[in-house]
Amino acid sequence: MTGASAEASALVLGIETSCDETGAGLVEVFGDGRVRLVADVVASSVEQHARFGGVVPEIASRAHLEALTPTVRRALVDAGCRLRDVDAIAVTAGPGLAGALMVGVAAAKAYAAAADKPLYGVNHLAGHVAVDALEHGPLPKPCLALLVSGGHTQLLLVEDVASSVREIGSTIDDAAGEAYDKVARLLDLPYPGGPPIDRLARAAGAAARDSIAFPRGLTGPRDSRHDFSFSGLKTAVARWVEGRRAAGEPVDVASVAASFQEAVADVLTAKAVRAAAELGVDTLVVSGGVAANSRLGELAAERCARAGIRLRVPPPRLCTDNGAMIAALGAHLVAAGAPPSAPGFGADPALPVGTVVVE
Amino acid sequence: MLLLAIDTATPAIVSGVVELEDAGPPRVLAGEPVFAARSHAELLTPRLRAAATAAGVEFGEVDALVCGVGPGPFTGLRVGMVTAAALGHALGRPVHPVGTLDGVAAGVVSPGPFLVVSDARRREVYWSAHTSDGARVEGPGVARPDELREQLAAMPSATRPTHLVGNLRPPGDARGEGMAELADQLGLPLLGTAFPTPDGLVAAASAELRAGRPPAPLVPRYLRQPDAAEPRSPKRVSTP
Ligand SMILES: [Zn+2]
Repeated sequence: MTGASAEASALVLGIETSCDETGAGLVEVFGDGRVRLVADVVASSVEQHARFGGVVPEIASRAHLEALTPTVRRALVDAGCRLRDVDAIAVTAGPGLAGALMVGVAAAKAYAAAADKPLYGVNHLAGHVAVDALEHGPLPKPCLALLVSGGHTQLLLVEDVASSVREIGSTIDDAAGEAYDKVARLLDLPYPGGPPIDRLARAAGAAARDSIAFPRGLTGPRDSRHDFSFSGLKTAVARWVEGRRAAGEPVDVASVAASFQEAVADVLTAKAVRAAAELGVDTLVVSGGVAANSRLGELAAERCARAGIRLRVPPPRLCTDNGAMIAALGAHLVAAGAPPSAPGFGADPALPVGTVVVE
Repeated sequence: MLLLAIDTATPAIVSGVVELEDAGPPRVLAGEPVFAARSHAELLTPRLRAAATAAGVEFGEVDALVCGVGPGPFTGLRVGMVTAAALGHALGRPVHPVGTLDGVAAGVVSPGPFLVVSDARRREVYWSAHTSDGARVEGPGVARPDELREQLAAMPSATRPTHLVGNLRPPGDARGEGMAELADQLGLPLLGTAFPTPDGLVAAASAELRAGRPPAPLVPRYLRQPDAAEPRSPKRVSTP
């Protein structure tokens, strides 16, 4: 037992259903605000979406209904505890898919009512930041977070993950992960597109990264400094591939993958590191499904080191959507003494980033 | 036996505390329905809490739950089902699934076989056919009114519905309840508008509850595949 676990602690159950993963996690929070991962169970419906090339909301919602109680059950078993041992429950209230969110919110309300526990309806995006405290300790105040996944691409200034999160930039069109999926389709690679493109790019080596000059969106002098755009990049890749095919020339898939990946990683890291420097923030947290991308990690590490910025990336399994991230955010709220959400709160597919916990 | 009855497959959010004795009809201790088509997730658990308080009952005293499994519009339907599943898990109590239309039929008094309908949107209705004592003989299905009229004509005359009951829109809807128009289209006399009720849902599960049989798995009756089309090959971006 560590010294910290001897202190008074609270156990928080987190439930996540905003997209295609049904997650249930348990996190312990100590008197000094430190958090510890106790259990993390995820049931994914990703394979059911593969042939559609993207998440189908109705399929995701059906899968959440099937998986919800088994996932919570499993998390409690893994933790070796009962629902009554839980001190608080947190659930993703938004942003996300409306029908999917509603399954989690309804279930969390029922659990909270049956076990008579406080319930927090929380922001999924803040959860992606809070989760890093499980791996790398308390989050410095402030820190900057780059969230990159199939659903989001955002730069967040996090003064305090339990109370003050502000969006300073976001994608104006596709999310980074969405661009990966679309380019994967162009190259006849499987869905989701991130892993196969990363694999091909890595195998192609450093020289392949700049073999094709793809555009870097929103990097002109007059462009919005902290926003992103990936739709032009996707179109440029499509045009390049079509050009080759029209000319009857072979498409070097690995070079396309490596050059595309380089363009994405370059823009994301350049903008994130610049924003941190400009805001005087010394820590960058990179989270979300795309954070597991090898080139993004490399380039972020290189550029952060050069700028004197500390880089924190949660382990891959905590980067993708899961219940532990929601439990971790709930744990921060419990530690901060935040009031629980009102019993009549609902799911909000467009929950603003600034709302960490719904009233 | 003390039961919680839940159904969110129609515009009525049904949340009741019901007493079922060894004989006789179930008795509702508390739980008026509320009509709020898009607020199921907001309202259901608070309504259940209020019903329990009004009945003077703690959730922990409940012996089992009864939950409508549709058919009904999917998003609303799932709220009731996942709520029942989570309550059942948390309380360590069985959850007995019942058809939502059976939960309507159980409360119907009809001079002959009858048809129960509810709104399936897209100009279709969910339906099931019942004997005069409420037993389901056909369905549940989903059909346009003209298709349903043909299906009715093809049913054996002994059990062919002679009356119509059910719900399409909540009371007070600006477009009207829509049942009289459907009765006209189907050529059946209308018994009235009826939503699932806590006692109707429990009645539909009463044989199983009284016999102490374990419940069937809690599986939704969607009756439709998800709308999803496989993508075509990416469209060209360059002008030839
Ligand atoms: Zn996410």
